[in-house]
Amino acid sequence: MKKKFDFRRFIADNVVVVIFLILTAIATPISGLSANYILQDIITRIGRNSFLVFSLLLPIMAGMGLNFGMVLGAMAGEIGLIFAVDWNISGVWGLGFSVLVGLPIAIILGWAAGAVLNRAKGREMATGYILGFFMDGVYQFVVLYLMGSLIPMRSLAITLSRGYGIRNTLNLDSVRQSLDNMMMVKLFGLNFPVGTFIIVAILCLFIVWFRKTKLGQDMRAIGQDQLVSNASGIPVETTRIIAIVMSTVLAMIGQVIFLQNMGNMATYNAHRQTGFFAVAAILVGGASVTKATIPNVFVGVVLLHLMYIVMPRAGAELFGSAQIGEYFRDAFSYGAIALALVLHAWRKRRGVEIDRAGLRMNTVDPAAKGGAV
Amino acid sequence: MLKIKEFAADFGWPRIIIFFFLITLFIVAPFVGVSISMSLSDTLNRFGQNAILVLALVPMVQAGCGLNFGLPVGIIAGLLGATIAMQIGLTGWFGFFGAVAICLPIAAVFGWLYGQLLNKVKGEEMTIAMYVGFSLVTFFSILWLLLPYSSPAMVWGYTGKGLRTTITLDNFWGHILNNFLAVRIGENFVFPTGMILFALFCAFLVYLFFRTKTGTAMTAVGSNPDFARAGGVSSDKMRTISVMLSTMLGAVGILVYQQSFGFIQMYQAPLFMAFPAVAALLIGGASVNKASMINVIVGTFLFQGILTMTPSVINSVLQTDMSEVIRIVLSNGMILYALTRKTKVTK
Repeated sequence: MKKKFDFRRFIADNVVVVIFLILTAIATPISGLSANYILQDIITRIGRNSFLVFSLLLPIMAGMGLNFGMVLGAMAGEIGLIFAVDWNISGVWGLGFSVLVGLPIAIILGWAAGAVLNRAKGREMATGYILGFFMDGVYQFVVLYLMGSLIPMRSLAITLSRGYGIRNTLNLDSVRQSLDNMMMVKLFGLNFPVGTFIIVAILCLFIVWFRKTKLGQDMRAIGQDQLVSNASGIPVETTRIIAIVMSTVLAMIGQVIFLQNMGNMATYNAHRQTGFFAVAAILVGGASVTKATIPNVFVGVVLLHLMYIVMPRAGAELFGSAQIGEYFRDAFSYGAIALALVLHAWRKRRGVEIDRAGLRMNTVDPAAKGGAV
Repeated sequence: MLKIKEFAADFGWPRIIIFFFLITLFIVAPFVGVSISMSLSDTLNRFGQNAILVLALVPMVQAGCGLNFGLPVGIIAGLLGATIAMQIGLTGWFGFFGAVAICLPIAAVFGWLYGQLLNKVKGEEMTIAMYVGFSLVTFFSILWLLLPYSSPAMVWGYTGKGLRTTITLDNFWGHILNNFLAVRIGENFVFPTGMILFALFCAFLVYLFFRTKTGTAMTAVGSNPDFARAGGVSSDKMRTISVMLSTMLGAVGILVYQQSFGFIQMYQAPLFMAFPAVAALLIGGASVNKASMINVIVGTFLFQGILTMTPSVINSVLQTDMSEVIRIVLSNGMILYALTRKTKVTK
């Protein structure tokens, strides 16, 4: 009896992961893609996306939910890359230069975002989402109107023919896959971008270490209870801002890594989907709004992108239309986000109710709580 | 002076700035060669197009469910109504009101389910509503391809199945409300009487609804759930009704929008339709938990006025197309302002 209960708890806690596992398990054979092709694509996508997903961890730890405002960091990274291409700095140095240019921008934007979110406690996610839209307008203003007119641009190849503004697509040939190719290792007929993996590994170690520092502990305390943290002398507002600043900076680096792999950049659209993919990945990986771990990131990236690889082909095989497969995967990704958010909110409410019942009778087994931590 | 300051703080500086911005646009317009009568006509037209979609947000705001970013749920019901009416070959007035009659029960069912969901997630409605809307729109994108529609006016010509991305309403009920009793003054100005009347009629119905017992109870649930519960009002029931009402209005709203626009936009088009409506309501002076008919009318007029005026005026002044940036910054800035405003205790 006990064992069965545990099994059901496990399924209930990881229902989003289970659904995605079943879905991809069905779709993969139907797609008819070779194992080699799928594995290679997955490896590439782990290198490309995981850094971006990691940027969500710290705000979750600090109890601020999923940081939809991470697209601000992505924009900072894009501005960095624009300058790297403009100044014609190539290879890994170009990437380093982009990060250097993006860093102050990301810190300022992160600070502003943190301050805004502090004014919207309890609805950080919706606010962060709108903040991303808002800054998209500002980004468009800066890149389309100020660059080349107020901000000097040297290269004619990247500016629009009217003399100012950056072209719709930016060719990143000079830095294309420079990080991936730095230490490309061939094993079992697959290419492993070891250079990128090392950077992701360093980030993992950093996060493990950071959790143990004073600041990391403060963040976790705030994530548990803001009032208690405030009473015990933790500067709640400032720590929350720092969490968002760090998240924005990580997203900036993540976007640079993402775009060097892609090889070209849709100047005005590249960041629009960033938040959606990162959030979908971490939730598909089994994270919730209040709890996320490093394995969640990797499981999520693998599962989500496996679905993105196989679904169009599976749709083409099943319905004779790849379009259906594409709508299908979008519907499931949006659905996964909605489901994860609903489950979390529902558990939180149930937890509160059980707490109340516990106050009245003092007989409730704490293990029966909804699983929200 | 103090009174003016108090009024400004109450109304909010962003709204005052937007208001004066619009007036400036109208004053500048003739000097840069933009026809006032045409702009005014466009503004009125877009006002009628969007007013009911904005109105659809009011019940949920009043019932304390926050801004309904899940408006696409209602829009999908409206699309179903329109396409089914076209499939069975209804045209003209029968077509339009047939579509309304078909979409209302669908919207009621959708709204009921959606309301049940939102009742389980109190306090986090907004983000969840957003993603419920997104997933429903993408899910229905699959259905638009698979459902057995066969009317040649709607499906792709070469395969004979799957709905087109935009379906023209020319031979069905395009502009039917716009042209009803329309008054033409001068060369460029047309007053779309039928549509404006229909929008005002809907607003009046909602206004009346909030005067009834159920409507008052709904407002009570929104302002103070505990107090309402003590008074014997079921908060869950009121919230469900508000969500159903919101979804049904959204469905009617998109039908009015389509007949004026002349096309039905399918697939991914409804994804982001909630955001401009939300921005308009907030510009009109509503907050996250309080909205009135005045907010709807003033907000839609201001917002649509700016959307109409900025491209023509700003382009003539600056010789560049900056309207897109202004639209994004303005509408999202307004939502951001409302979300971050410390909610005051009601007087």
